[in-house]
This record gives sequence, C-alpha cells and structure tokens, in this order.
Amino acid sequence: MSITIKNARILGGDPADIRIENGAVAEIGTGLSGGETVDADGLVALPGLVDLHTHLREPGREDAETVETGTRAAARGGYTAVHAMANTSPVADTAGVVEQVWRLGQEAGHCDVQPVGAVTIGLKGERLAELGAMADSAARVRVFSDDGLCVNDAVLMRRALEYVKAFDGVVAQHAQEPRLTEGAQMNEGEVSGRLGLAGWPAAAEEAIIARDCLLAAHVGSRLHVCHVSTAGSVEIIRWAKSKGWNVTAEVTPHHLLLTDERAETYDPIYKVNPPLRTAEDVSALRAALADGTIDCVATDHAPHPVEDKETEWAAAAMGMIGLETALSVVQETMVDTGLLDWAGVADRMSYRPARIGRLTGHGRAIEAGAPANITLYDPSVRETVDPTAFASRSRNTPYIGMSLPGRVVATFLRGRPTVLEGKIA
Amino acid sequence: MKKHLISAADLSREDALRILDTAEELAQVSERSIKKLPTLRGRTVVNLFFEDSTRTRISFEAAAKRLSADVINFSAKGSSVSKGESLKDTALTLQAMGADAVVIRHGASGAPQNLTQWVSGSVVNAGDGTHEHPTQALLDAFTMRRRLGDLAGRRVAIVGDVLHSRVARSNVLLLHTLGAQVTLVAPPTLLPVAVDAWPCEVSYDLDAVLPKSDVVMMLRVQQERMNAAFFPSAREYSRRYGLDRDRMARIHDDAIVMHPGPMNRGMEIAAEVADSARSTIVEQVANGVTVRMAVLYLLLGGSEPAIGGTL
Ligand SMILES: [Zn+2]
Repeated sequence: MSITIKNARILGGDPADIRIENGAVAEIGTGLSGGETVDADGLVALPGLVDLHTHLREPGREDAETVETGTRAAARGGYTAVHAMANTSPVADTAGVVEQVWRLGQEAGHCDVQPVGAVTIGLKGERLAELGAMADSAARVRVFSDDGLCVNDAVLMRRALEYVKAFDGVVAQHAQEPRLTEGAQMNEGEVSGRLGLAGWPAAAEEAIIARDCLLAAHVGSRLHVCHVSTAGSVEIIRWAKSKGWNVTAEVTPHHLLLTDERAETYDPIYKVNPPLRTAEDVSALRAALADGTIDCVATDHAPHPVEDKETEWAAAAMGMIGLETALSVVQETMVDTGLLDWAGVADRMSYRPARIGRLTGHGRAIEAGAPANITLYDPSVRETVDPTAFASRSRNTPYIGMSLPGRVVATFLRGRPTVLEGKIA
Repeated sequence: MKKHLISAADLSREDALRILDTAEELAQVSERSIKKLPTLRGRTVVNLFFEDSTRTRISFEAAAKRLSADVINFSAKGSSVSKGESLKDTALTLQAMGADAVVIRHGASGAPQNLTQWVSGSVVNAGDGTHEHPTQALLDAFTMRRRLGDLAGRRVAIVGDVLHSRVARSNVLLLHTLGAQVTLVAPPTLLPVAVDAWPCEVSYDLDAVLPKSDVVMMLRVQQERMNAAFFPSAREYSRRYGLDRDRMARIHDDAIVMHPGPMNRGMEIAAEVADSARSTIVEQVANGVTVRMAVLYLLLGGSEPAIGGTL
C-alpha cells in the first residue's frame, strides 16, 4: 500500500510531497507520485500526536467511553497513540487488565493504545501493584499512575519510583495532597470565596510535586508530573530541572485556555481536577510549555455521561473531554500567540510525550525511514465547537459554542489513513 | 428587578430600596391587622427544600399565603432525592405543575442558579450551601433600617464563621449596595483566603471593632468546626469572638445586636445579650415574612398593586 501526500508543509515549512510505502515514510521531495494521492495543499504536516493521559473508561464505564469510541476521538484529534489511564473498573493493576485494554486498542485500530498501569492495587495507595508483570506483559507498560488519586504515602511513592527503574518505567503522579483538598470543588481563591465553593489550594499540588522531585532525585528515578496547573508548580519543576533531575511534566489544553472564573455560572462542565486556575497561572503554564519546563501537552480526556454533569456543582463528576479539540486549543494558546511554532508543537505533542512513554514507534520526525504516523492539519479555518459532531461517546466539552482555530484533516497510522477529510476513514 | 433572586448582587440599589419600601408598606398593613392580600391569587409558589429549615420554609409559606398565592411545599430531604439529576427531574416536575415561583433551599452552592435552566418561573434562593441567602440579608437590612433609619454610612460588624456563612456573603453585598460600611470579624481560619477582594473591611479583633459599630451581627458557629481545627476549643472561640455581657458594655447606646438564628447561646452569644433590648432577634423573624412578601410580590410582578391602590 502506498500513498503520496502532495504539498504538505512539514512542521509549517515549504510545501513538499511525502511518499509512504509499507507503513513508513519512503521519500520526501517535490514532484513525487505513487499510489493514492492525498492533496495537502495549505495543510501543516505534523508527526502523529501522542497523548500521555487519556481516560478511555473501558472496562467498566462503557456508558461514558469505550476503547473504540475514545480512539476514534483520538484519531479525529490527530493522535496516533494514546496512553490509557488505569482508573477503570476493574483497575488496570494486573497484566491481565492491561493486556485486555491493549488488545481492544489493537482491534479498534484507530490509534495505538498504550495502557498505563496502576501504581498501587486498586488505586488504594496501600500496596504496590505487580508493576513488573505489567511491564513484561504484551502491553509492555512503562508508565505507571494512580491518576485520579495521588500516591500520597511518601514511602510507597519512593518505592514505586525506585522499583520501576528495573524496566525503565516512570511514575506519573497526580499531585494532590488529599487532606488539603477534602471536599474541594474549585481553585481556592477570590472566585471560590465568592461562590461559596470549597477551595482546592495551589499548595496542595505544589507540596506533592516538591516532595516527589526530591524523592526522584534521591533515588535517581524518573518522575512525570500529570496535569500541572499552577504557576508555583512550574517554578518547582523549573528548579528540579535546573538541578539536572529526571523530572518531566505535562499540561492540559484546558489549563492553557480557561480560568476559574468559568465557575461563576455554576455549570459543572467546568468542574475538573485539578481545577481551572487563575489568569496568572494560565500565563505561567503557557510560558513553561514554550520554554520546555513543561515537556508536553496531555489531554486528560475524561468522558462523563450527561447525567453526571447535569447536576448541581458539588454533585457533578470532575473532568472534561479533550482529544478532539487539543490541537486547536494549542494553536489558539501557543501558536497564534507566537509562543510556539509548528516544530515546537510537534515536539510538545509528539516527540516528547513519546519519549517519556518510551514509545519507539511514535514521536519520530517525518523523514525517510520513519513510521508513517502523520497528522495533516489546516490552521487557516475557524469553527464553532459542536460536540454533536464528536466521535467521543461523551459530550462534556468546556469549549461548546466557542470558536477555535484549525481542523485535523487527515491522520495516518503507520501509513494507513485513520481519518480523511476530517472523518473516520 | 431581575427575574430571579439568586444573589444579593442581583439587586441594584434601586431594587433593594424598592423591596425595603414595599416591605415597609406591607408591614404597616399587617399592623392594621389585615393579614391577607389578594395580590397573588391564582399564582403558585413552590417551596422546594432540600435541607431542613422549618423556620425559613414557614416564613416563605406565610409570605406567599398572605398574598393569597397557592403554596406547594416540596420537601426533598429524607426522600430518595440526594443527587443533582434529581434536582433536574424535580425541576421538570415543578415546571409541569406550572410553578410561578420556586423558593429553593439546597445544600449545594449554586443549586438555585442551576434550577433557573429548568424552570420558567422565578427562582428565589432561600439559602444555597455556603453561597448566599439574599432574603435573609434583605430582612436584616429591613430590621436595621427600622431601628436606625437610612443605612448609608452606618457601620456593621459581622462576626463569626464567615467562611461557611451564606448569610455573611449576602449581607456584605447588600449592605455595600446600600452604602453601609461592613467589617468582618473572625479568626483568620474562618475567613475565605481572598476576602480582601470583598467590598468590606476585615479584622481579627472584636474588641477593637465593637465601639465603632452601629450593628453587631453574630453568626452561628458550629461546634463541628472545632474538629476540623478551625479553632482550638469552643471556650477559646467564645472568649475571643463571643458577644458576652462584658463586650456588650463596649457597644454604644444606640447600637443593635442581630443574629440570623438558630443561636448557640453561650457560644457566639450570651443568653442575656440575646434577650436584651438591643437584640433584634425576634423582630428579624417577624420581618422575614414581610420582606419575603415584598420579594414575591415584586418578582411575580403582581398585576394588581400589593395593597389596594396604595402602591
Ligand atoms: Zn489526574
């Protein structure tokens, strides 16, 4: 099977043709031909995007999302690989469950699904799960996380960081000091005080990040920080990196765009964990993503059925979907603001997350010999976000009705189109 | 006036004065022992109470009945209703019943705001979580005005658990609108972190604030807060922030003492203070009915004047 993509602007550069042969990039040049032709006039070609943080909800909450629907959403968002978080039911804390999720991904075929393994049995924060068994399984797990919950016990966190060194794993921490956030509903600040919603203080995130950076340095391990949301967290990570410690971090699209003032409507569509923060936090996060202190964008795509969001704020589920809007939000917040160019977007949304997750088949530059994981993106359009058009089973997008730039036109997974003309191929 | 009364901030100065003036006229009528007016005949007011609050429910019920409205009491407390999907379902039921106004008390901040999406009538917030309780602030302002006259420039101290108090939030907003100067007095643990953004002053020292206050409003402090380390003991709280007889002596002669109830006698307020002539606590209850009558009348835009031709 061969395909020739005509006149694509690779990483926003001059138009060039990309010839794909047997799942790999065969040649880049001008005037190429061979096989099917895909016209990419005016489109930016990016390496297939890689998400380090996706909730696919299967097994257990198939009413919210399945591997099939979630990976369709991923493909429509330009992703060729997603890391499926472990907080399913049953929890992905054994080789059996991670292999099941991995196989479901293979069968769906819309993008590669790389399961994340739970750090502790049942996400309970008490005993380590069989991390080695998950690493050795067919799913080849390298990222471990209790996401949704913080590995709060300092000894357990230290042991997890140490233990995963044996198979080059990384612990991805959901940094949330639990006592400081009991019953927390939104960012603690001026808005929470006015709305009478219990506050989630920035310090509850920053204290855990600081502790974990120290632990990672002490035992010489890799630490990855999930969904960094505060300016203070950025400062701590910048400091840890300046020491040469092996710390990486992600930021979500919604934390790059939205602030806690959204809660003023009490519409739980804006309820998320960690919560939306202030405008100062948003600008610190953008600057940190631009200078590389924050390594990558991760969606924290968190589907919920309608009834879990059509409630009063305190009763509503936390989280928002993001796979199908991530690239547009990054264009809006980082590219159109001049903070990142398309090469920077490729780095933060493909190369670096693939490297953190140790995915060898993803996050490679578009060049001869590389697997043909490619996203074609039209940055020139602007569209109103319409969740009814989403492939995700859920509709809990905070961007509903907002105008966002850009559109994923096509996605190729090892040379095979998963999306063409914006639709599942 | 806006269609709903969710927050005291929904009221302009003009709106607030209109409610207070209307309440004043209604009070005079009921003092002439005309207990019932035909104004809201044929209109339906639903009391939707997700939290126990007999006092507030009875107050709204009496207000609606004195205006001849049909009243439906819907108590969701104790039934299977506990989550918000039920709030929506309940709202759709009320909508089908043709409620002209829904008075809602709910344990979750923002629930009245959520309700406005699902019902076409006016929504009146009768207390939501730790957010607001605007009719309480209106009845407090009404009570102050009756005792002290115009509130512009008056100094009001609000003392106690501001962090968890919907009464404090609504009072700060309304009193600011009416031109009064509010000082919140509490231990730092019982103030929101960004309270400096509120339109009021803040003090940790009750004794310093008392002598210059025209109104001292004591908030209920739940002893459970002690277990969450908001303060070390009930006794220490009482010693530093309680209004006892000695502290009463520091208040000037015309100043009044208020409490939204229910009181913890001996905790935030001493019994002899609560029962003194300075205390407005009993008046507050009576005024509650009158003010709520004014609110319902103005929100439902009674086509007839509230009182046969005098308004
Ligand atoms: Zn998380």
